[in-house]
Amino acid sequence: MLLNITGLTKRYPTGDMALKGVDLAVPKGQVMALIGPSGAGKSSLIRCVNRLVEPTSGSVVLDGTELTRLGAGALRRARRRMGMIFQEYALVERLTVMENVLSGRLGYVGFWPSWFRRFPRRDVEEAFRLLHRVGLEHMVDKRADALSGGQRQRVGIVRALTQDPQLLLVDEPTASLDPKTSRQIMRLIVELCEERGLAAIINIHDVALAQQFARRIVGLRAGQIVFDGPATDLTAEVLTTIYGEEDWSQTIRAAEDEEEPEAIPA
Amino acid sequence: MSATLFDAAAAARGWRPPPLVASPVLRYAIYLGALAYAALAIGTIEVNWTRAAEGLDRGLRFVSGFFPPDFTSKRSDIVEGLLESLTMTVVSTVIGVALSIPVAVGGARNLAPLPIYLACRGIIALSRTFQEIIVAIVFVAMVGFGPLAGMLTLSFATIGFMAKLIAEDIEDIAEEQAEAVRATGASWFQLLAWGILPQVRPRLIGLSAYRLDINFRESAVLGLVGAGGIGDTLNTSFDRYEFDTAAAVLLIIIVIVLAAEYSSSWIRRKVQ
Repeated sequence: MLLNITGLTKRYPTGDMALKGVDLAVPKGQVMALIGPSGAGKSSLIRCVNRLVEPTSGSVVLDGTELTRLGAGALRRARRRMGMIFQEYALVERLTVMENVLSGRLGYVGFWPSWFRRFPRRDVEEAFRLLHRVGLEHMVDKRADALSGGQRQRVGIVRALTQDPQLLLVDEPTASLDPKTSRQIMRLIVELCEERGLAAIINIHDVALAQQFARRIVGLRAGQIVFDGPATDLTAEVLTTIYGEEDWSQTIRAAEDEEEPEAIPA
Repeated sequence: MSATLFDAAAAARGWRPPPLVASPVLRYAIYLGALAYAALAIGTIEVNWTRAAEGLDRGLRFVSGFFPPDFTSKRSDIVEGLLESLTMTVVSTVIGVALSIPVAVGGARNLAPLPIYLACRGIIALSRTFQEIIVAIVFVAMVGFGPLAGMLTLSFATIGFMAKLIAEDIEDIAEEQAEAVRATGASWFQLLAWGILPQVRPRLIGLSAYRLDINFRESAVLGLVGAGGIGDTLNTSFDRYEFDTAAAVLLIIIVIVLAAEYSSSWIRRKVQ
């Protein structure tokens, strides 16, 4: 197993229990979707993995390293192995595309080289290669805030990949994107994970997208895992346990229809 | 449905925007109180109209002493004072801004732990509490007359001004951009340089330009308490009743302040 989470609990200072003893194992190269209603603890879960949020108790083991007890330096080295992709892209808006991408290498270079933007030639080369892969090699010196939503998210993906991670933590990658761009972005993430053998935990509240792009789906409700199985097992009953009572027949059917959303006439 | 008929027209007629003070009694009490206070306050001001009329005449004579301004007879004093002021301004701005950055970082609640935060906010409060003139008097007493006292005063004042505004800007940054930089495994200093600095840089540059402008104006005042600069020249010329030279100095100050004003606002526009 690449990632092994056991008994993970998070209690915020306000007293909210975001996570109540979550057990989750992700093998190498597996792309899994984490679904659940707002406030179920999806964001807290992936942030407890790279400790942007400090877990209250439990253990998180990444490729043999126990992450919850690492000191500051070791935590930084461990974070290099976990790329993160964010809902609102979280690019540093006043930096250029290339600077944003190279910020993925900050864990590898010292302060002064990074201050003077002196990254190893290999890193810059890899950055160009990845930008070309997502079709943005002509945008390198554009400021991040000059890009469209889909372009920004692609830069966000490239930033995560330049870290040369083993695991991607993806937090609602499509929540700010239109349906077509959402599908393109999800397809890109899944393809890149396959190309590079990366595992990914994708938080997503669009059930149809989750079903379409992830083989394994984990349902989180009120800080507890209530479903863990292949996408094909996602039935109306399962969605009711995750989200509560609602008419789910349309949601599930829609997922099968939406394979090629571009083909649907307006 | 028809059992709960809702009359939107009547509701709209009855609707008024809620007033600032909800209770009408309190509201009118505040209005009345303010009026009464203003009336009483105005009543206590004593104006001696005959004295004011005489003063007008004296003021006119005083002002007429300024014409024509004399740039030449005390030329070397003016140039010396001016250069001293400009040096004082630039040096104190550079030192003040450089020292204000660590204080600003420490004074931002989202970066600094509580003890450091309180210490830095303390420095900011201390620097902002006292008016420059008072600080200058202290420094003149400490290091003697001359531009060194002025420079120390302006540096000290710059720290409070810059650190407070930059700390507030740091607290207002887009948190998720900084979070993304942290998630890459960046060190704390890299977080500052890559996640925070790009977000506050326009404000930092704009405020530095503005502070340069303020420091020059202050340097003209500080001379009055012996802290050097063009203010010293101005003070001396008043003491010697050389109003024409004073007028020349004032004109030069006005021109430089205008130039600084325009260039600092131009810089602020450019970096936004």
